[in-house]
Parts: sequence; structure tokens; C-alpha cells
Amino acid sequence: MKRIIAHEEHCIGCRLCEIHCLVQHSKSKKIVKAFRTERDRIVPGVKVEESGYVSFALQCRHCDEAPCIEACMTGAMHRDETTGAVLCDVDRCVGCWMCIMVCPVGAVARGADRQVVSKCDLCIGEDVPACVANCPNEAIVLEDEDE
Amino acid sequence: MSDKRPFLIIGNSAAAVGTVAGIRKRDRDTPITLIAREAEHTYSRPLISYLLAGKVDEERMLYRGRDFYEKNGVDAVLGVEVTRIDAESRTVETDDGRTFPFGKLLIATGGAPVVPEDLPGTDARGVFTFTTWEDARRIKSHIETTDVKQAVVVGGGLIGLKAVEALVELGIRTTVVELADRILSATFDLTASEVALDFLKGKGVEVHCRTTVSEVRGHEGRLAGVLLRDGTELPCELLIFAIGVVPDTRLARGAGIACGRGIVTDDGMQTSIEGIYAAGDVVETRDLLTGARRPMPILPNAYRQGFIAGANMVGGKLTSRGGLSMNAVDLCGLPTISVGITSPEGEEYEILSSLDDESGSYRKLVLRDNRIVGAIFVGRIDRAGIFTGLIREKVDVSGFKELLLSQDFGLISLPNEYRKHVVSGMGIEV
Repeated sequence: MKRIIAHEEHCIGCRLCEIHCLVQHSKSKKIVKAFRTERDRIVPGVKVEESGYVSFALQCRHCDEAPCIEACMTGAMHRDETTGAVLCDVDRCVGCWMCIMVCPVGAVARGADRQVVSKCDLCIGEDVPACVANCPNEAIVLEDEDE
Repeated sequence: MSDKRPFLIIGNSAAAVGTVAGIRKRDRDTPITLIAREAEHTYSRPLISYLLAGKVDEERMLYRGRDFYEKNGVDAVLGVEVTRIDAESRTVETDDGRTFPFGKLLIATGGAPVVPEDLPGTDARGVFTFTTWEDARRIKSHIETTDVKQAVVVGGGLIGLKAVEALVELGIRTTVVELADRILSATFDLTASEVALDFLKGKGVEVHCRTTVSEVRGHEGRLAGVLLRDGTELPCELLIFAIGVVPDTRLARGAGIACGRGIVTDDGMQTSIEGIYAAGDVVETRDLLTGARRPMPILPNAYRQGFIAGANMVGGKLTSRGGLSMNAVDLCGLPTISVGITSPEGEEYEILSSLDDESGSYRKLVLRDNRIVGAIFVGRIDRAGIFTGLIREKVDVSGFKELLLSQDFGLISLPNEYRKHVVSGMGIEV
């Protein structure tokens, strides 16, 4: 399956990945409009962590044996059979936060409405996720494990 | 189809579903028979409180899709109870008079709710336990047919408090009675309990700690109220006992399988009889932190044990690293997470904590030998899993201890080696 790999030595902490993730998951899909009006409604699936000179961007690792899937009490968290991505079916999520409790990466967040979770979906339908496509310094890259 | 004797699973919840996944990861052919007392398709047990509250409908109760059995080659025999396991002839008998053969067997009979035996009056109409879909239906029907103004929930643990949440949602005035000095006593400390209690009181919930019900009072067979040990009388039309579950080991004991408080298994989830495995709320789990064996009835644990058992039933060599006690509970909109040893006694423990009265948020970390062994989060729970990971991997935190309580604490605060291990996403185990 495809995985996003982070290279912290290349990350300049610009946070464009967070913004493009937000745009990708917005209704308008327009950067200015999404940033202005939908910023409070969307929690980006990628998060830049920064401390001193070090920074990196991180999203769900889509683990082989995903703790969040095993801990999900409703069955909302599941693996997409074709892409292998770990996805949350928000219609079945009730916000029990089991996944937040067990994710060692801290990559599952409460959604903006605090009712269901929000996480990276590897940009369903896109060949290259928005964060990777828009990273100006190849600090996050897409690698295909099977190749 | 293979002509091999089938794998047989008794049970239909998280441990059973985990077992199916564990078997099918390696073996697509050998038939699986699954027998369960409850007639429903595999459903999410914790969702019964959401169903009662009307927040999920019957279709959303399902733990796996309608095609789960078919897709996994499982012959599901539902609404049928296994009455006997014959370990010698490798068969089980059911209450409808049938006999099923098995090659290997998985027992996931779960836990049974406790009702105090010597308590007078519990046969009154309006008294329930709350662990099955059917319980939720019966309580719902009771509420619809009886004018329930007040309810009492005995037990301030996970099941009790989720019942409270549902009743509050339905507009019923609810009182909790808890024997311990705090709610969620298995995983909360006093401070966390007080923060949560303040919040619940704001929602109109009344809580009596350090006491219990000494008498259930009825009128013409119908529930009228309860008398507490401290003399308090609480009139109510609905009473739910949620004082815990005990492993349902009857079948296992009958078959001569070694049991303590629950079924005893090795780290590969095999019982004292070769070829018979057990998983979930029915077993004794080895505590990852203390090494002690005890029932640990939590869902992630059940699924993981089932998966390990299933993999080993088809010749795998998986072993459990032990269970980690943990809970994620959202109480009427207040998120909480607690993991590991949270209220320790002894000088070897170091406590780091921060309490923000204003926002009603609390974070506590328990350390032993510079390793985190317990954590509580109330209000702000974001990225709590990073701490669960540190607990599970027994990571030495002395190099970044001063950062642990910071709200910005993240992977960046961790030693490079551990960060790389986590970020790879490989070999991560629940």
C-alpha cells in the first residue's frame, strides 16, 4: 500500500500541508475561502510539530495492525479493502474516543464538532494526498510499499 | 471446502470477531461455526446506552456489516445456547438438541452482570441489569409503558455511567449510588472523580458515594423506590444494577478447564486443555504492568486476545504481551481517558498532575522508575494515545519529564529512536 513518509530534516515548518489538507476536506475547495470560513469546522489530518530547529509533519500511519481498528467499539474504524487506508466511517462513530486512547502517534483527533473523530484518509480519490502534493521541500513523500 | 473439522466459536462479540479475523488472516478455507445465545447479528455491546438514548438506530448497532459471516465463511448459529462442551469427543451440545463437532474451540462467553443475591425486592417490575441489546429493549419498553420520572443506577462504573448518560438524554431524573469513594473507581482517582461529578451535577445528576442499596421497595409487584444503607430513601420507577460483570465460566468449568476468577490461559490464549482457547471478558488477563492475573473486561483487550487465539488456532505463534487496563468514556459530553495504574499507594510512585478548575480539565501521570505506568485525562484528551504508547513500551521519560504536562506535548518531545519506531507504523500492537 501507499504510505506517507516524513523527512524531518527537510521540513521547514511552513504548515502548508495543514492548510492544503483543510482545503482538500473543505466544501469550497478554495484555499482562501476554506481558510477564512471553514477553518473552525475542519481539523486537518496532518499536524506539524515544531520545537526549536526541528519540525515534521505527521498524519495517521495507517498501521498494519492498527490499534484504533482493534479498539473501536462500533466498527466505525476500518481498513479500506482496496487502498489499505485506515478510515473512520463517521456515520457509525459515536465519539467514545477509544481510538484517541490507543493511537501511539496521536494521529486521531476529535472533530471540530467534538462528536466524531477526524483523521487522515489519504485523500480518497486522489493519486497523491494533498499534503504531499503541496509540500514545497519534499519533507513528506509518498512511497509505495509493494514496489 | 475442506473436509477438516471446523473451528468452533462460542460467543459473538469483540473476542469472537477478533478470532474470526485471526483465523482468516492465514486460513481462508477451514469452516468456522459460531454459536451464540443472543439472536442478533454481531453488535456493539457498548452501544446499548446510545440505543437507549435514541442516538443510534438498530442498524447502527451492528459491530460488523451484514455480510460479515458470509464474507468470512462463518456458519453463524444464533439464538442457540451451548449447554455442554465435551472435550473428549471434541463436540458441543446445544439447547435445541444438536451436537456440533470441532477441531479447535474458542470460548468467548463473556461476563455476566452481577445482581446482589441477598438483596430483598429485586424481582420487582422495573429492576434491570444493562449489558445486552435485549436489556436496552426491555428498559426502553419499560420507560414507554411506565411513567418513569426518577431512576436510580447502582454502580458508578463504566456501564452505570453510560446508563446515566442515556437516562439524562431521555429527560429522566437520575441518581447514582456508588459504594466506593468515587466514580469510575477502577480507573479514576478522587480528583478526576470530583471534576467529573461537578460536570454531571451540572447536568442534573445526583450522586451518592460510599453507600449502597440495602432494600428495594415495591408496590403490588412494581418498583417504588430504594432504601440506602445510610438511611436515604429514593423513590424511583426504574432501577438499574451496574455493579460489574463476572466471567461466565460455567461451560468451561463443566468441561474441566482450569478456571480462577476467569478461565486461565497461557500467553497464546490456550486453556488447560489443548486445542481449546478462550478470549475476552471470560478469561483472566495478565496485567502488563503488575503481572497479576485478573478479569479485565474491556473491548480492545477482548478483540486482541481473540485475534491472537484465532491466529494460534491455525498454527500461528502469537503471544499476548499482557493486557493494559484502560477506559475511554465520554460522559454527557465530558471526554475522559484513563490508562494503567492511576491511584497508586507507595513511595516508589511519582505523581505529576495539573488541574484547571476553570476549564474543568485534569491531567495526571503516574511514574515508577522514570517510566509512566498510569495516566488520567479529563476534559482535554487530545493525543492521550502517545502516553498509552509510552506506558506500553515502558519508555524511560527522565530526559523529557518536564514536558509531560505541557499541552503541546507531542511526538517531537520524544527521544528520536522511539519516535522513529512509532512513526514507522510497523509492529505496533494494541
